[in-house]
Amino acid sequence: MSTISREEVARLAGLARIDLTEPELNRLAGELDVIVESVARVSEVATSDVPATSHPLPLTNVFREDVVEAALPVEDALAGAPSAEGGRFAVPQILEED
Amino acid sequence: MSTTDLVDYDEAVARFDPVIGIEVHVELGTASKMFDGAPTEFGAEPNTQVTPVSLGLPGSLPVLNRTAVESAIKIGLALNCEIAELCRFARKNYFYPDVPKNFQTSQYDEPIAHDGWIDIELEDGTVVRVEIERAHMEEDAGKNTHVGGATGRIHGAEYSLVDYNRAGIPLVEIVTRPITGVGDRAPEVARAYVQTLRDIFRGLGVSEARMERGNVRADVNVSLRPTPESPLGTRTETKNVNSFRSVERAVRYEISRQAAILDAGRTVTQETRHWHEDTGITTAGRVKSDAEDYRYFPEPDLVPVAPSRAWVEEIRATLPEAPVARRRRLQGEWGYADAEMRDVVNAGAIELIEATVAAGAVPAAARKWWMGELARTSNTEGVELADLPVTPEQIAQLQGLVDSGRINDKLARQVLAGVLAGEGSPEEVVASRGLEVVSDDGALLAAVDEALAAQPDIAAKVRAGNLGPVGAIIGAVMKATRGQADAGRVRELVLERINQG
Amino acid sequence: MAGRHVAGSEDPPGGSTTPAAEAATATRDLTRMSADELSRALRAGEVTSVMVTQAHLDRIAAVDGAVHAFLHVAAEEALATARDVDARRAAGEELHPLAGVPIAVKDVVVTKGLPTTAGSRILEGWVPPYDATLVERLKAAGMPILGKTNMDEFAMGSSTEHSAYGNTHNPWDLDRIPGGSGGGSAAAVAAYEAPLAIGTDTGGSIRQPGAVTGTVGVKPTYGGVSRYGLIALASSLDQAGPVTRTVLDSALLHEVIGGHDRRDSTSLPEPLPDLVGAARLGSSGDLTGVRVGVVHELNGDGYQPGVRARFEESLELLRGAGAEVVEVSCPHFEYALAAYYLILPSEASSNLAKFDGMRFGLRVVPTDGPATAERVMGATRGAGFGDEVKRRIILGTYALSAGYYDAYYGSAQKVRTLIQRDFEAAFEQADVLVSPTAPTTAFKLGEKLDDPLAMYLNDVATIPANLAGVPGMSVPNGVSDDGLPVGFQILAPARADDRLYRVGAALEALLERGWGAPLLSRAPELPTAPLTEGTAR
Repeated sequence: MSTISREEVARLAGLARIDLTEPELNRLAGELDVIVESVARVSEVATSDVPATSHPLPLTNVFREDVVEAALPVEDALAGAPSAEGGRFAVPQILEED
Repeated sequence: MSTTDLVDYDEAVARFDPVIGIEVHVELGTASKMFDGAPTEFGAEPNTQVTPVSLGLPGSLPVLNRTAVESAIKIGLALNCEIAELCRFARKNYFYPDVPKNFQTSQYDEPIAHDGWIDIELEDGTVVRVEIERAHMEEDAGKNTHVGGATGRIHGAEYSLVDYNRAGIPLVEIVTRPITGVGDRAPEVARAYVQTLRDIFRGLGVSEARMERGNVRADVNVSLRPTPESPLGTRTETKNVNSFRSVERAVRYEISRQAAILDAGRTVTQETRHWHEDTGITTAGRVKSDAEDYRYFPEPDLVPVAPSRAWVEEIRATLPEAPVARRRRLQGEWGYADAEMRDVVNAGAIELIEATVAAGAVPAAARKWWMGELARTSNTEGVELADLPVTPEQIAQLQGLVDSGRINDKLARQVLAGVLAGEGSPEEVVASRGLEVVSDDGALLAAVDEALAAQPDIAAKVRAGNLGPVGAIIGAVMKATRGQADAGRVRELVLERINQG
Repeated sequence: MAGRHVAGSEDPPGGSTTPAAEAATATRDLTRMSADELSRALRAGEVTSVMVTQAHLDRIAAVDGAVHAFLHVAAEEALATARDVDARRAAGEELHPLAGVPIAVKDVVVTKGLPTTAGSRILEGWVPPYDATLVERLKAAGMPILGKTNMDEFAMGSSTEHSAYGNTHNPWDLDRIPGGSGGGSAAAVAAYEAPLAIGTDTGGSIRQPGAVTGTVGVKPTYGGVSRYGLIALASSLDQAGPVTRTVLDSALLHEVIGGHDRRDSTSLPEPLPDLVGAARLGSSGDLTGVRVGVVHELNGDGYQPGVRARFEESLELLRGAGAEVVEVSCPHFEYALAAYYLILPSEASSNLAKFDGMRFGLRVVPTDGPATAERVMGATRGAGFGDEVKRRIILGTYALSAGYYDAYYGSAQKVRTLIQRDFEAAFEQADVLVSPTAPTTAFKLGEKLDDPLAMYLNDVATIPANLAGVPGMSVPNGVSDDGLPVGFQILAPARADDRLYRVGAALEALLERGWGAPLLSRAPELPTAPLTEGTAR
């Protein structure tokens, strides 16, 4: 039995901006359990005294100098664009303003 | 849109205690972007300042700009912050067309600088200490242009055009702790705080900090509570308030608006609001379904930043003095009165006067030019003082011409007009316009005699020892010489002639 | 050298004249030669790069209809590079040892001017405006790029069945999977369509395909090969590496693509160890004094009997070569899979956010309702991503969504620490660690497609190396009872990739002494199934 509801999957699909069909929503609701099980598994050993490793090898302070490099030619930048106009990427109507 | 109820500001602050908080974003003036070598020049053609990295192309990876980190540390130190021993970048995940990767690389729970303060000075000289919660590094987004709507605004637009030139420009975001205890002066404090930060950024040389270019952008949080002892009220966040005056107005507006809501027994909605420069009001932003669920996690493509204490101290040693301290020092050196100094500060003329003095003018003269003639020109033309086409060196030269008696004040104003009109240096304008004062005493004496003869009763009064009306004679001489005489010399000659008589 | 010479490959008579080259090719199949052999023949002037490149293009044309290792064949570009190299060589220019040796590149690697899809519909038709660092290095070395190889969409999978552009078939049995995600690169090399290929390995995507196709695959130390230009799956796990038929070839290729890159912040600053030297040293078959640790936790249940038998035999060979075989325990490896499930989808959900139909690739406009940016993004991603990609993005979004981060991603990062500690302790006792690469031989196409968990279990032995950033190699070590190849995994401490090459080359040499020929010579001849229109994109 799935512990994650179909509604929760729909919310996540919205967050992830993926339109899912009804069958996809239902199937994924069951498959999210793998996350729940994995969490239960790692919680067995991931105790508070264990530090987290975010990077496999411990590098720090990797910088580039503040030097300008060649920019992409604008035609290259726009070459893959589904739609462009006047040197800009044309995108559909934006409803939210952040 | 229904009309928003507002309570008169004075009544609002009489009944409620405002608490403000300010988030300031400053675009750093680095040559290249935060995470790639794309150039950062202002006003370039769209999408000509992008690399695969700033365009977020598949496969591209960020590498952190050392100068941006150094600038962030400078800002942190200038704000009396602790500099983190180790901090990381995080990804703030949200979908928006001007964010090329659909996540913003930012710092989340590990800012590079935290727990600081800055003293700001209000126009009447009151000093307020603002506590800084954090200053962190992040990248700017691109720019959307909305097409097809009647107003160019987002609503009603059919589609948008995106320019990613700004995407990836380094930003430092500075967040205050709640600013309490300033009462009705909250709007003024907000303005002075942003102004102080602007001065700091310029003083540190980390940004040109030009408000009109959006180099400095403020989000203002406002909440009201019944008394200073009450818990904090619900706050609103008004985004992208981009001039000093607007910062002050937006805070005032929110105080009036929230007071009306509370007076009506309703509750303030915690929300993001938009500032409308033209009408001076704020409006609610669209409520987003996924607001606040940014799914932050440490950016795996960047490694932690661990500024060594030696590096931090090295940077600290290069810091200029804090603005308030610097103003106090300069005021002492220049001998300005408090009110004079405030005007200079508020006009953003400190650097200009400093440079003018450095070029040889006396402080009083430097102030006279910048706060007089030039301030008027800047007002009429709507241009910042610093952007007027005249340099401090030219002002010093202009004053030098006056001091040496080659031109008088009236002629100097004409010379300045010539300089502003692009006719060259003051020396060049004097030469080309033929504005040098008449110093030939013979010609002047003739004019003096003529004036004395034309006004015998005044001449008689002066002869009788009443120097009051002598100005009328001088005026007549000046008029006769079309202003090209040295008024001081004319006065001497008039008195000479009368005494001789 | 490990008994791989083809008659006439050394000391050619007659120098670099064309007749000599023609005579040489008449007697041997250029596609059967290793990269090292091709390098020697090219340098000796026995063959030209155009001949070598054309031979591989011909082979692709002949068999890729059956194998479908390639998504795009870049014949013109490859031959142009080959002609350039030949001209420079003729002019006496000093060239890289691998100059003129062609290579296939996994389609997750960005190639300027060549379509790059990462096996996904959402990138169909995208032609990148820049080269990955490793591609720049291949080009700088003068290596013709034959084309782009098939893969599971965005490298999510263990069978290449999740490609949006059809299955790749295992050259050993065309009804079986070639492993994944880099099934195309492994199959291309196993089918003699390319002497060398580039793969990427996030949880085993180089090593597991190597095991099930009888090829060598190496996942370098994290940071050892630049990730700049690899379409990221999970940034903290991804690593590109060589896919070849011999251990020495992997070392040669690794040295071309490896080393510091200022465009990758996670790139290691120090130079690579001497990998080719280590491979040559190992090929003597002497491992005196080398301590080999058998990981207890990676040699237990779930392994096919044939896989275990070959593993034990290989251990015997290593012992015979003077290695000291010890058993080590890595108790936290059993948590690796769970940690991987949290880290990979989390990072992937963010890395794949940029595929939204705004700047490049597919854009799908919904047919109903207003076509807002938000809805176009949703429709594009709904239509452009396959099931496995959607599944992992949703999993990752869940794992990172409000309130879960610490318990989910954060806890998984702690397990990473524990696994690193396990490795550190194990490498106190052993110079290298070993295990079977994959628990089974190649399964049938479609057999496990509906069983994601069974599919994931394939990676159980390979995932710990990605979590800890240590290097790993899979060397073919025989066939199982079903006649299909199996692989032997070698793991070394971070930055000690040279140990993989020494031990791998030794095992390869010892095995081939016994077999009398490379393992791949036992693979069946492929039917000729020419590329048809639409197969190569």
